Amino acid sequence: MTNRKPLKIAIASGKGGTGKTTLSTNLAAFIADQEEVALVDLDVEEPNSGLFFNGELFHEEENLKMIPKWNESKCTLCGICQKVCNFHAVIQLGPSIIVFPELCHSCYACSELCPVDALPMVSKKIGVLRDFKLNKLHFVESRLDIGEEQAVSTISKTKKYAEKNYGNAHITLFDSPPGTSCPVMEATKDADFVMLVTEPTPFGLHDLSLAVETMRALKKPFGVVVNRDGIGNNAVVEYCEKENIHLMARIPNSRKIAELYSSGKLIYREIPAVKMALQGILDYCLETVEGERK
Amino acid sequence: MKEIVIISGKGGTGKTSITAAFSVLGGQDVVVADCDVDAADMHLLMQPDFDFSEDFYSGETAYIDQSNCIRCGKCAEVCRFGAIQDKNKLFIVDPLSCEGCGYCARICPTNTIVNKERLAGKWFISNIKTGSIMVHARLGIGADNSGKLVAKVKDEAKEIALEERKDFILVDGSPGVGCPVVSSLSGANFVVLVTEPSVSGLHDLKRVYELVKKFNIKAGCIINKADINPVKCAEIKLFLEEEDILHLTDLPYDENFTNAMTEGLTIVEFDHGLLKALLTDSWEKIKQVVSSKK
Ligand code: SF4
Ligand code: SF4
Ligand code: SF4
Ligand code: SF4
Repeated sequence: MTNRKPLKIAIASGKGGTGKTTLSTNLAAFIADQEEVALVDLDVEEPNSGLFFNGELFHEEENLKMIPKWNESKCTLCGICQKVCNFHAVIQLGPSIIVFPELCHSCYACSELCPVDALPMVSKKIGVLRDFKLNKLHFVESRLDIGEEQAVSTISKTKKYAEKNYGNAHITLFDSPPGTSCPVMEATKDADFVMLVTEPTPFGLHDLSLAVETMRALKKPFGVVVNRDGIGNNAVVEYCEKENIHLMARIPNSRKIAELYSSGKLIYREIPAVKMALQGILDYCLETVEGERK
Repeated sequence: MKEIVIISGKGGTGKTSITAAFSVLGGQDVVVADCDVDAADMHLLMQPDFDFSEDFYSGETAYIDQSNCIRCGKCAEVCRFGAIQDKNKLFIVDPLSCEGCGYCARICPTNTIVNKERLAGKWFISNIKTGSIMVHARLGIGADNSGKLVAKVKDEAKEIALEERKDFILVDGSPGVGCPVVSSLSGANFVVLVTEPSVSGLHDLKRVYELVKKFNIKAGCIINKADINPVKCAEIKLFLEEEDILHLTDLPYDENFTNAMTEGLTIVEFDHGLLKALLTDSWEKIKQVVSSKK
């Protein structure tokens, strides 16, 4: 395992609950049986990959954001700050300036355009980043405080932390947030490969087709994993064939898997077919990315 | 008119299937609002006719008119989001990174930066198979601010409900604990929490309930796939008791959930046995609770 370039794989799905977290955690543990791997949970609103590992807390830090803080004694009440904030996060109310931290996007406009320096930027805690270790597995998650909205900047910061600390692990897995909006774009934008997880149902197909559109817009190599194969119908498989999308694995539907998942157990250790599927997925990711790099 | 919001913290718990079932049970009395705009799926079960549609704009994106640009680079200097890059002496805005803060346009010496409204998605009013009306939306790929689109969908549904003198608005809420779900919850009379007995289910339930508490809304809970993990299920029930959340029902693990969806039907149209009975009973309970309150 020498001389291999670091590989970043993002695991995404059109919506939550398709087994994305199951797949990320199982894949991470499976790789960690052999080599160092980092699993980064970027679903910063609801990170829960960590529930599946009993790792040791290795490092913890606050996630911060910058917001303006009013300095009353300097302020001349000129009203510029309120005028330049596109997000209505700073307003003038009678003789005071009020900042709404949740609305602030940290653009610095008010602070830097204030003629008398009365709005210096200060940091405010918006969540925590935690880094756990379990043998060869490094697990990093960020959790936003309830009601905080800076998902994109938190995702970007979490990725940087992982890159800095585990950039030399051969494989890094990103558990992406659900959906097709900004946070997903941020989570997947510098991955070498994206694994889309879906279910063979009409909801699954609909969400998958949106996710595929997103990945094509980002020009990312990607493949599909069908979870709970056997339920629903064949439309997802037909869609992949028609669209020329590689179907990397089909994880069978079983009550046993649902039960293992519900108690937070790793599935591949109990079900050999899942272990084989994981190996297949990994091989395909590696091949595709090697191919792209040539 | 009463507003009932169905949320689950995370996707995949059957939230949309349950909302769709309630809207069939409620029939003509219910206006449906699909506020899960990032992964809007309910239309797949409701046969909407997309009677009315409109583009939805939210926020802005900077655009540089190159003809008056003197390439001073000031815009790139002030942009905190790395959205303006110097590409061979051409300053260009990357619309995916631009937050629309407007700072660059304010300081450009030649005023050659304009802010353009950003197309965030589309929203629809449809007649649906229940004989009633549904308001739904589709968020554009990579769009930000789904909270605003959620608010739009809800406001429109409210207006229709008032005009048509409907008794209920049934809202398929957004996932997560951020801005979109805050928009889904505001103004609600009752919240239905859909969960499942797994390590992540209980965790997500607690997190989303923290938010519900802030709004001071009465809540009920449906435990889906309740028989899959009796231990977790008992833990959830304990939590419900502690928090004084109304336990509406337990639904068994049943593949008819998926079978119904595959046929484009709601559970109560497909299954005429236990599932239908349990859901009908829950719907009656919900109606009772919301109607008895002043
Ligand atoms: S821009 Fe500065 S001086 Fe003017 S009102 Fe705001 S804080 Fe006060
Ligand atoms: S930093 Fe930007 S977003 Fe925050 S208050 Fe100032 S102008 Fe508004
Ligand atoms: S600030 Fe205005 S003139 Fe200067 S590089 Fe940017 S767009 Fe061009
Ligand atoms: S509007 Fe704000 S985020 Fe967008 S390019 Fe200008 S400075 Fe950057």
